[in-house]
Amino acid sequence: MPKLYWEDFIAGQVVEYGPRLVTADEIKEFAAAFDPQPMHLDEDAARASMIGGLCASGWHTCSIMMRLIVDGFILNSSSMGSPGVDEVRWLAPVRPGDRLTVRASVLETRASNSRPDRGFAKFCFDMFNAAGTRVMTLTTPLMFGRREQGDVQA
Amino acid sequence: MSYFEDIAIGQRTELGTHTFTAEEIKAFARKYDPQLFHVDEAAAARSHFGALCASGWHTGAVGMRLFVDTRTREDDARRARGEQVANYGVSPGMRDVRWTKPVYVGDTISYASEIVDLRPVASRPGWGLVSARTTGTNQHGDIVYAAVGAVFVQRRPG
Repeated sequence: MPKLYWEDFIAGQVVEYGPRLVTADEIKEFAAAFDPQPMHLDEDAARASMIGGLCASGWHTCSIMMRLIVDGFILNSSSMGSPGVDEVRWLAPVRPGDRLTVRASVLETRASNSRPDRGFAKFCFDMFNAAGTRVMTLTTPLMFGRREQGDVQA
Repeated sequence: MSYFEDIAIGQRTELGTHTFTAEEIKAFARKYDPQLFHVDEAAAARSHFGALCASGWHTGAVGMRLFVDTRTREDDARRARGEQVANYGVSPGMRDVRWTKPVYVGDTISYASEIVDLRPVASRPGWGLVSARTTGTNQHGDIVYAAVGAVFVQRRPG
């Protein structure tokens, strides 16, 4: 597969990645390190909470999404990271045993105004479990190197 | 956690600091974000970052850890004083996540949280939605990270 540069991302492109299995052990291991709340650590406490059972930290879900897209296309691209995330919504709990897939949609692209070597592609990443329930949606501009340098606006 | 009614816009809490080591930057990145500039010093030196730096998800997750630890300490202190502790629920999401500068090996990031919005929730009686902006500032005084997260917090009973 040829390496992907900024020019290769076109608004309207939609690609799916995954699935990835989420285990109870991984949910608890991530939570112990970064989000030690009972609903992410302990089955009994989680059952008694608002969420009704053990579920992954939202940060864990974001991180799993990242790994799916890194393996899916980022490692095969001229990725230069991302300045941030416009919005993340956690729509449904991610449970042990879930197999998660990500649908990556390119919303828009633009060249950098200040740097001729790079551009931005704004993505929406929708994450689904095997039942087809959308568990997370996230909108973020990703930065990629350009195959050919462009003009820079003064 | 304070009850929803006892939280005010503008309240600021220092969450503590964290120093990022090369080992933990690479360990997180190998699991969740194995781009070369997060896992390989030599490749990172050749990248536009110029040196190994943490995944943005790692930077944010450390802020979450310090936020939870701070809340747990505050709740323990309330219980020790014989005060009621409000329950808190899940987060519906976050917005305006900004990775404004790289977090390099050895950087010490100071995290803080400030209340930016308070909303009663019609669909969940007994709960309010609290939004807080968390920021991370490095040892040079540069903001490296910011995000606005929301969480459901119990209203004062009765």
